[in-house]
Amino acid sequence: MNLRAMLSRTAAVVPVAALSLLLSACGNAGPDVDQTGPDPVLPPQSDALLPAMNIATPAGWDGDLPTVPQGFAITPLATGLKIPRQMLVLPNGDILVAEGAGGHAPALRPKDVIAGYIKGKGKTSVKGGDRVSLLRDADGDGQAELVSEFITGLDAPYGLAYADGAIYVANQDNLMRFPYQEGQTRIAAPGEIVAKLPSRINHHWTKAMTASADGSRLYVGIGSNSNVGERGMEVEEDRAVIWEIDPQTGMHRQLVSGIRNPTALAINPADDALWAVVNERDELGAQLVPDYLTRIRDGAFYGWPYSYWGQHVDPRVRPRRPDLVEQAVVPDYSLGSHRAPLGLAFADGGAWGQRFASGAFIGEHGSWNREDLAGYKVVWVPFTGASPSGKPVDVVTGFIGDDGHARGRPVGVAWDAQRSALLIADDVSNTVWRVTYGAAVPTPATVPARTAAMAD
Amino acid sequence: MIRDRRPPSAHHVRTASGPMIGSLQALLLAFPVALFPAALVSDITYLNTAEMQWSNFSAWLLAGGELFTGLLLIGAFVTLVRSGRSGYGGRALIYFLVVLLLFAVGLVNSFQHSRDAWWSVETLGLVLSVAGALLALVAGFIGYSARAAHEVVHDREIAR
Repeated sequence: MNLRAMLSRTAAVVPVAALSLLLSACGNAGPDVDQTGPDPVLPPQSDALLPAMNIATPAGWDGDLPTVPQGFAITPLATGLKIPRQMLVLPNGDILVAEGAGGHAPALRPKDVIAGYIKGKGKTSVKGGDRVSLLRDADGDGQAELVSEFITGLDAPYGLAYADGAIYVANQDNLMRFPYQEGQTRIAAPGEIVAKLPSRINHHWTKAMTASADGSRLYVGIGSNSNVGERGMEVEEDRAVIWEIDPQTGMHRQLVSGIRNPTALAINPADDALWAVVNERDELGAQLVPDYLTRIRDGAFYGWPYSYWGQHVDPRVRPRRPDLVEQAVVPDYSLGSHRAPLGLAFADGGAWGQRFASGAFIGEHGSWNREDLAGYKVVWVPFTGASPSGKPVDVVTGFIGDDGHARGRPVGVAWDAQRSALLIADDVSNTVWRVTYGAAVPTPATVPARTAAMAD
Repeated sequence: MIRDRRPPSAHHVRTASGPMIGSLQALLLAFPVALFPAALVSDITYLNTAEMQWSNFSAWLLAGGELFTGLLLIGAFVTLVRSGRSGYGGRALIYFLVVLLLFAVGLVNSFQHSRDAWWSVETLGLVLSVAGALLALVAGFIGYSARAAHEVVHDREIAR
């Protein structure tokens, strides 16, 4: 008897058979229902034993470019960055890029080890820069001539804001202020800590930030410390909230709560209201729970972890809190499930034609918790006045190649109003992309003062 | 897994009344016997308190139990293959099947415990943990038992 052969056969067959049995029970993603807009279809919860997992592994662009609509052009504004995530356009047209990676939450269960490995497969191998770089494209040809280390020694500095003549940076554990003079390409001065930000565990480490229209307040998003409370609710103190911070004193107040992971904040120029894109919970099925775009209503509770999309109770959370579920607010606009929106930028003025007259660009990093890949693109949500109206429109696609690999993954988006250009941070190819409309001409009046003087 | 190096013969049957498994396999068997019942206890505590740390303990206990049960399964298979010669035929088969079932139950239970919050245990997790604890104890009873007197008598009769 060939014992070795029998042994290896038994060892191989048993787990595989058990696995395929389990997977066949939960791999069916169901029909791809349209979940975008104010009133998404919410299918029943899936209680599959194993979550559906599919992540696009990275592959380079190899000289190719993301796809833009007819009449538009896309160029790599800067390449070779170190995990670019969010951007800020300064008054003189210089572009700041936040680079870095967070995520030092300890593995609490065997699952965390395995899930960390799987999600890691969708990431770049480059180490995060933990810095802010400055890009300057003075001649407006879509290629930055100057790439400078603007601020170094930061810690996953995903929040950037310009207010009151200073640069504010939200690290994953604090909010810092740096003195700034127009045209500066490097800040050597040590920053001043304005406020500490909740950073224990930091399951969701992104501290998204934007300044109010008048610059008197900063808004900082603080994501939850778990998917749905599985690290215990005591570590969720001051999590899944947005803070309003007074930059002068560092004092804060909680603006909203129950908002699982507000990854990008922006002010709608139509009425100066604060909006956020929010990443909702996983492991309830391919079409649950929709990520959303919402106006931030002072004092609102958005349901996490007890319920989603208003009063849809999440049975995984105990003890239950019907008193809180009752108060949960329905978000304004669904973007679809597991799309991972990480970028939000409003644009108006109609420089891109009637189709893009007024609305918001949203960078969708892409899914891991569904069989069919979702997201991995930049969409436009049209607005009429202060509210979304109509379906999202694909603006930049092609991040997934024909072979199913991710050539890039969009993160932050920024609207350069002076040049009528959309900027996209891509944290897999480590590129900042710049999209322009054919008719849009770079306006020399907006180039940095020094270069403008030379041009004269 | 102590090897019987005596030459096989039609009349020879080992008549020692020692345990069916060798010391290495006994060591492997000790882990599921301890870990699966411990996981059951921490599951019960979780369901009573909704304190996540108990569910986390269960997940690690199950992962450890599963790892050693996987290794034990190889040992149980070897015991089964050798059982014809050692005179433990029926018992070795039952022992192997119990360990195999324990491995399958433990695997499903590990997946159950990888779900989030309350769903990491709930009814299915508790049922699987009860089954796992019982199977581990049964495997221990069979594996560690010396041969029953009637088996020894039976073997002696054959030898004679």
